[in-house]
Formats: sequence, structure tokens, C-alpha cells
Amino acid sequence: MSMQASPSPQGGGERNARASVVEASGLGLTFQTNDGPVQALSNVDLAIGKGEFVSFIGPSGCGKTTFLRVIADLESPTSGTVRVNGMSPEEARRKRAYGYVFQAAGLYPWRTIERNVALPLEIMGYPKQEQRERIKRTLDLVNLTGFEKKYPWQLSGGMQQRASIARALAFDADLLLMDEPFGALDEIVRDHLNEQLLELWKRTDKTICFVTHSIPEAVYLSTRIVVMSPRPGRVTDVIESTLPRERPLGIRESPEFLAIAHRVREGLRAGHSYE
Amino acid sequence: MTASAPMAAPGAGSNASTAAFRRVAESKTFAILVVVLAIIAIWYAFTVYLNAPWQLDTYRRDGQEWTAMQLARDTMAQERPVLPSPHQVVAEIWKTTVDVRPSSKRSLVYHGWITLSSTLLGFVIGTALGILLAVSIVHNRAMDKSVMPWVIASQTIPILAIAPMIIVVLNAIGLSGLLPKALISTYLSFFPVVVGMVKGFRSPEAIQLDLMRTYNASTSQTFWKLRWPSALPYLFTSMKVAVAISLVGAIVGEMPTGAVAGLGARLLAGSYYGQTVQIWAALFAAAAMAAVLVALVGIGQRLALARMGARP
Repeated sequence: MSMQASPSPQGGGERNARASVVEASGLGLTFQTNDGPVQALSNVDLAIGKGEFVSFIGPSGCGKTTFLRVIADLESPTSGTVRVNGMSPEEARRKRAYGYVFQAAGLYPWRTIERNVALPLEIMGYPKQEQRERIKRTLDLVNLTGFEKKYPWQLSGGMQQRASIARALAFDADLLLMDEPFGALDEIVRDHLNEQLLELWKRTDKTICFVTHSIPEAVYLSTRIVVMSPRPGRVTDVIESTLPRERPLGIRESPEFLAIAHRVREGLRAGHSYE
Repeated sequence: MTASAPMAAPGAGSNASTAAFRRVAESKTFAILVVVLAIIAIWYAFTVYLNAPWQLDTYRRDGQEWTAMQLARDTMAQERPVLPSPHQVVAEIWKTTVDVRPSSKRSLVYHGWITLSSTLLGFVIGTALGILLAVSIVHNRAMDKSVMPWVIASQTIPILAIAPMIIVVLNAIGLSGLLPKALISTYLSFFPVVVGMVKGFRSPEAIQLDLMRTYNASTSQTFWKLRWPSALPYLFTSMKVAVAISLVGAIVGEMPTGAVAGLGARLLAGSYYGQTVQIWAALFAAAAMAAVLVALVGIGQRLALARMGARP
């Protein structure tokens, strides 16, 4: 069961070497609020290579979600530049370069699971036959086969979130932006979904940007962890994971894992030192 | 429901029968029945009380002896009572719906149909107009700022004042018959639809709109795939108000405009000639019609939402 992803020259073996999927330099974003300007992002430099799994971690207000939204062209930066697949975020969005998974599943309650997955395909004008194939393939990928005809309210929270991931995968964008997708789920479901997400990432060789505020989640999933801190939102540390690509859940008790988790925690604490 | 509930099994003792009694007492049907009976009782009491002065006057003039029993009976059988008794109204409704040909000018069915047709036409136009206005208000900032105040202002003008104007103006440009009356219904019924649908079209959450943006969906795709289905529950709720208010509009439209047919004309004729029984019969016919129309919209709502996978 492979994803027949669009052929890519990199093949996914080497990372960082080729043109970045996401490249931000001197990126800043200031919101004008009633209490004066709020610097959500300040001077962010970051390059994300093809096939990477990058987690963004930090306390609320550190700009991790904002950064994801800038990549997705849901917010516009006020300074600096960001390129997605070598294009401006707007061009990338128009080319449907990414799939976005929101904090809440946000499934349409009036559509069945398969119709929800079909939504982007309908909008992008895929022929009916191909829609059916893609729905089948992506629902299989997130282990929701058999639930095609169910309505969202008939599914558990974890299954709904999996359906929303299927919806983001359906049109085969190479970049997956995930904004705390498992934040509202309990620990056990979350572990399970993390495992499935890694499995999916290995099989499809997508580039994934993943926002979280769980340290174990970030360490378990990522090839790189970007630690951020608030006021102003900025990147304080970027940690390369030394963990192998193959990661059973048990790896979370290994000394290597704990060492990385420790470094992430230190990084988060450093960001808070002024308090 | 209550009747089919397992009745106290023979020999089950008084506990079971009190339980059955409680079930009956707590049922909805029972509650409605009690209220209806209370209203009828109060109505009869007022019939006697309000019609007594005229009746006593008559007795005095005729030098007639009377008993309380006779007074009660006579006050409920006057030809032009201040307040007709319930059974007089029922008899009148029966007489004018069942006993007379529906095509006769004396038939409530005939008058009801006249009013119903303009109600429905006005309701359909009003709903369509309301949806159109709501669509443009939601998609256009200028419309949002400029139209909404006028929509609200339109409803502050008494319909009784503007109804004859509408009829006269439309007659002058050659429109007469059903349409002018229907337009008065439209005038009233588009309002709840505009207000409800603006709210409905704006009901999708921010992440659902963001999602459409990440798909690079066009405005019309966002409308048909997100805004319209999100707004449907609001549409039915406003249509319930709109259909009832359309009926009011049709009746009001028939009153000050010299209409010769329709429930409004019937009410007006009744009041010219002091035919209170006729007035009350027409009122009840209008109320029943409104109830049926609202119930029909409710059925449509249940069917539509069930098709959209609503939780049963």
C-alpha cells in the first residue's frame, strides 16, 4: 500500500541537500491589536528540506501556529520572506502545494466520512472515478476503511482527526502542515495516532511540519525539533534528532530519546528565563 | 402513546395504577388537553358575562321572566353576540366549509384559498428575495453597510399604512389581482429570511473557511459547499416565521384595499355587518391555516436535515 507520490528527483534519501520545501529568512509578523502591536514572529530563519519531519514546540503565544499559517498563506508576514517550493506562499497555495490539518477535525457534519475526504477533490475538479480511488486509498492509509458511510458524529474524536488527515492527504500534496492535530485527544489515542503518523510519513515520504506542545510527541515524531519562545515569537533552538527512522513506541524509554527530550526542555526553559 | 403504555396489569395493585395515572398526567397530550379545556371553559364564562347585558335588556323590554339557566342558554345563541360561544363558531365553520360548495362566495374554503394563494406566492417571492439579499450582504461589504439599515427600516413602517399605497401604485402600472396582495406578504416575509440567512451564511467557523482557502476554493465553491449547507437550519427556522407572517400580510392586504374575497375581506365584511360569528370563524380558519403552514415547513425541515445526516 504505497502512496504513488508524484515522482521527485530527491527520492527522499538525502535531506537538506537540495532546494528546501520551506525556506524562511528574516521572517517577522506583527499583529495590530487594541493593546498595541504584538510581535507574533520575529526574525525567523529556517529551511526545511524535502522528506523532513519538523516539529515546532513552545508555549502558547510563541508563534508556532502563526508560522504554519504564514507557510499556508493564511497570514501575511510583515517583514522578511518565506518561500514554499521556491514560490511565494500564495502561489504555493494556488498550486495546492500543501495539505493542512487543523487543531479541530472540522469535518462537515452534513457529509459522510467519504464525502468529507472527497471535499478537496471536488473543489480541485478530480474526475469521479479518480475521486473514488483516492478516497479508498487515503481512508485505508489512516485505517478508516469501513467507515466511509458514517457521519462524523458517529465517530470518536481520534477517528474524526484521522478522517481530517485523510482529507489533507487525498490530493497528494507533498507538504503536510499539522497544527496540534492531536492536542485534544487523550494520551493513549495520541500515542496510537503518533505511531500511525510515523508509519504514514515513512510510506509516503512527505515533508511534515507539526505544531505541538508535547515534548515526547515532538521528540518521538521528528527528524528536527524547532524550539520557540514567546514575546516576541522567535526560534531559540533547532535540535537535530539522532533517533533512527524506525521508531517503535518503546524508543521513548531509551537514553537517546531522553537526552533529546532533556535538550528540548532546557531550550523551552531558556525561553522562559525572563519570567 | 400513553394509552398504549402497558396498562396496570390486573391485580398489580394500586402502585401500578398510580404509575399509569402519573404517566398519563405527565404526557404532552394530557397537558395540551387540559389547557384547551380550560380555555373553552373560560370562553364560555365570558360568553355569558359579555352577552348578558344585551340579553337582560331584551328580557326587560319584552317583560319576560327569566332563569339563570335560560340566560345562559340565550347568551350562547345570540345572532350578533359580543362574543360568540365556541359551539356557534364551530357550527359556523362547519356550515361554511362543509355545507356550502367550495366555489361559493359564502364558503370559507373559497375565501381561504384566495388568501392562501397570495400567502404562498408572497412567501416564495419573499424567501427568494431574502436569500438573495443575504447572499449579497455576506459577500459585499458595501451591501452589508448600506442595505441592512434599509431592511430594518422597512419593517418599522406599519404595514396597514403602506398596503393601500402598494396596491394603488401597482394598479397604476397595470398590475392587479394576486400579485399586489402577494407583494404585501413579500414585504413582511423577506425580513426574517434576510436576518436568519445572513446569520446562517456567516455561521461556518473560521477553520472551515480557512480550510476552503487552503484548497484555493473559489467564492462560489465556498458558498455552495460550505455556506449554503451551514445556513440551511437557519433557513428553515426563518421560513417558519416568514410563512406565518406572510399569512398576516395577505390578510392585512385584503382589509384596507377593498378586496371582495379572502379571509381579510371576510373579516372586514363581518365587522361592517356586526357578524361576530363570521369574524371568529374566519379568525379560526386563519389560525388553523397558519398552524398547518408552519407545520409543513417543520416537516420540510426535518426531511432536509435528516438527509444531511443530522443526529436522529
